[in-house]
Amino acid sequence: MSKVVVTTVLPDSGASDLLTIGAASDSVAISGDSLNVDTLQDAGGNTIFVSDGSGTITSKNSGFPGALKLISTATASGDSSLSFTSGIDSTYDVYIFKFIDINPVTDQTSFDFNGSTDGGSNYNVTKTTTAFVAKHNEADTDAALEYRTGMDLAQSTSYQPLAYFVGNLSDECCAGEFILFNPASTVYVKHFYSRANSYAGSNYTFDCYTGGYCNTTSAVNAVDFKMSSGNFDGIIKMYGISKS
Amino acid sequence: MSTLETGTIEPQSGTTVTLGASGDAVVIGADALKVNTIKDAGANTILTSDGSGTLSSVNSGLAGNMVFISSATASGDSSLSFTSGIDSTYDEYVFIFVNINPASNAQNFGFQCSTDGGSNYNTTVTSTTFRAYHRESGTHSALEYLTADDQAQGTAYQTISPWLDEASDASGSGILHLFAPSSTTYVKQFYSRSSAMDAGPNIQMNDFYAAGYFNTTSAIDAVAFKVASGNFDGTIYLYGIK
Repeated sequence: MSKVVVTTVLPDSGASDLLTIGAASDSVAISGDSLNVDTLQDAGGNTIFVSDGSGTITSKNSGFPGALKLISTATASGDSSLSFTSGIDSTYDVYIFKFIDINPVTDQTSFDFNGSTDGGSNYNVTKTTTAFVAKHNEADTDAALEYRTGMDLAQSTSYQPLAYFVGNLSDECCAGEFILFNPASTVYVKHFYSRANSYAGSNYTFDCYTGGYCNTTSAVNAVDFKMSSGNFDGIIKMYGISKS
Repeated sequence: MSTLETGTIEPQSGTTVTLGASGDAVVIGADALKVNTIKDAGANTILTSDGSGTLSSVNSGLAGNMVFISSATASGDSSLSFTSGIDSTYDEYVFIFVNINPASNAQNFGFQCSTDGGSNYNTTVTSTTFRAYHRESGTHSALEYLTADDQAQGTAYQTISPWLDEASDASGSGILHLFAPSSTTYVKQFYSRSSAMDAGPNIQMNDFYAAGYFNTTSAIDAVAFKVASGNFDGTIYLYGIK
């Protein structure tokens, strides 16, 4: 067994910046306590993971196990809407949208959604929905569980409220999740439900429950979120739950 | 500090090249390290790639917290059962049911648990059920408790999506959570929510909630789903939550 004692190993000038350690079927053993590298690729140059050097993984291979797959993230900063026009297809039977710290410019507006069957050209899918809320004010003078007839839809193409009366002060917002089942089906209507909590502008907490279906057998392939009026800040993350 | 410039480093003999010694750190200053198999120092596989970016043999410690276990699809079947994979591996099991469509109209979709591997689905349950509904006509809507779908120490299938419409485009979809089924100390808690097209007097949307406990300290090791009468189509996915 031979040994080379050296601090740095560089590719030689004729190696086109490629340093090869070992040959096919060899093993390269790291006897040191750690191997420090930001990007790990397979032999074909396909990324396994990328770290930013500060411990944050910025990219990883989709083959890592785990059923909850982050598909995409959209951030609103004074925007009128956030749309997801790609990634909604038959890959997953269940899509989860998590909306975080949605802060409207206009006080006491609702955070709404609609679906599209034409890739986002039109957000006007017919929906029948239910809406109820548990509410309680900070003064502790009002608390109730009640159906909200003003927030449901009956065969309507309007946007569906998911969180109500969201306050616009700097610390006020809503957050929650919206689950959409099998949007790519061309057989069934498209079921969904959501739960969201809102800091209502009149110092209430609103625990908002929405259920419904997009009454179409066309595939829903885009989803749009916006306030009932005005612009907003916030983050929406879209996940798919793997089928295998 | 010394520098070695070369194109290839290979073992002098055998098949192992060793970099560094205990206590050292080996730093890859290059933009990327390319390798198909990563193992720990004990030669246990962390992951393998096929050179085309497809991973296999990924160490379970790298998995996400929601793990797919199995799925079952009904196509004109009377029931779907999960008789394996429900054990002490996870403290929470999630069943996602998608597009449950009954062959006959106005059927309740429900589930029951077994403590004998699926020989019998008749575990005692006490439960609550409520719903919000709204007709497509817009004429009726309400939030109400449903005494017809709850159970008090019953052994019937527990409804988790009621009164399903049989129309070709109608179905129910939702999620059922079952906690610590393998416990031999506690009763087994569950809750569910579903969105469904209800075959009521007029077609309506049902946002249905069920919750309860299976009143047994025996381990639940199998779960079955069916509609109250007749067959159904649909898919159910089973996941474990770490």
